[in-house]
Amino acid sequence: MMKNLKMSIAAMLMLTISFTNAQEKEKMKMDHSKMDHGKMMHKKGDAKTEAILSDYFSLKNALVADETKKAALAGTKLVASFKAFDAGSYSKEQQEELADIIEDATEHAEHIAKSELGHQREHFKTLSKDVTDLVAITGTKNTLYEQFCPMYEGGSTWLSTSNEVKNPYYGSKMVTCGKVQKEINN
Amino acid sequence: MKVVKKIALVLLIVFVGIQFIPTSRNQSDTVPSTDFMRVNKVPENIQKKLEGSCYDCHSNNTQYPWYNKIQPVAWLLEDHIKEGKAELNFNEWDDLSNRRKNSKLKSIISQIEDGEMPLSSYTLIHGDAIFSDTEKQEIIKWMTQLKDSL
Repeated sequence: MMKNLKMSIAAMLMLTISFTNAQEKEKMKMDHSKMDHGKMMHKKGDAKTEAILSDYFSLKNALVADETKKAALAGTKLVASFKAFDAGSYSKEQQEELADIIEDATEHAEHIAKSELGHQREHFKTLSKDVTDLVAITGTKNTLYEQFCPMYEGGSTWLSTSNEVKNPYYGSKMVTCGKVQKEINN
Repeated sequence: MKVVKKIALVLLIVFVGIQFIPTSRNQSDTVPSTDFMRVNKVPENIQKKLEGSCYDCHSNNTQYPWYNKIQPVAWLLEDHIKEGKAELNFNEWDDLSNRRKNSKLKSIISQIEDGEMPLSSYTLIHGDAIFSDTEKQEIIKWMTQLKDSL
């Protein structure tokens, strides 16, 4: 009888311990997934970032095709997308950096909206740097390719959704000039 | 004849009348510590050229010749200065981040290179504001160095 009681107590204790343990583990797991979730939100970009990128790529494609008017239109759209961007969920430091990037990028997009092809390409160079820096903070759903043309203005980069090189700085004059420099995969 | 006289009289009244409408002057006695010349080591000849050719519309202090105090010239000028300062204010240079400085320098270089700045409406009156080819090259070279050093 005594032995039985002892055993039951021991069993109860074991059960309690393993139960708390499991709960603890569950909690940890939850904490983990919460962390991952937060990270994902920042590392996978959001709808506003994707909107900026989509306008940026229409601009890039217009420049590849030597189409000034389409590029200007994309520039106007970009101005609106930059304005709609919400940095609320980022750290203070990141917010400052993002505000700086967006102020600069907006100015270039505004100029692209009202310039001729040559000037559009000049502004596109700095704009590409801004958008690359932006994506480094926000992340994006898709894999992007940073491409590099050594000839344009002492070497210039741009972003593309494809690893096939189509040069936005020279368009039809030298459309295949350049190479993939980096794969952006976050 | 009578009609012409009447029109002339009306125009005269309007001309005198608009002189009484106040315009804001872009003038300041102090050069802030953020001024382009105070944060960069600018060679004297380039400093003189920038101040003489750019600062009227791209700083907080315009040198007003007498005819710029007369309407409607003063209005025109006020507008140009407002626009110019919004685009670039040399007095507030050091308030800009390196990213912004880089973009501004690129624009300065490209505008001078293409002869878009100083504006032709400005150099029409300020003949000495025009950049000679040598001056252009000097300034572009110096500005490019500054941009690369950021």
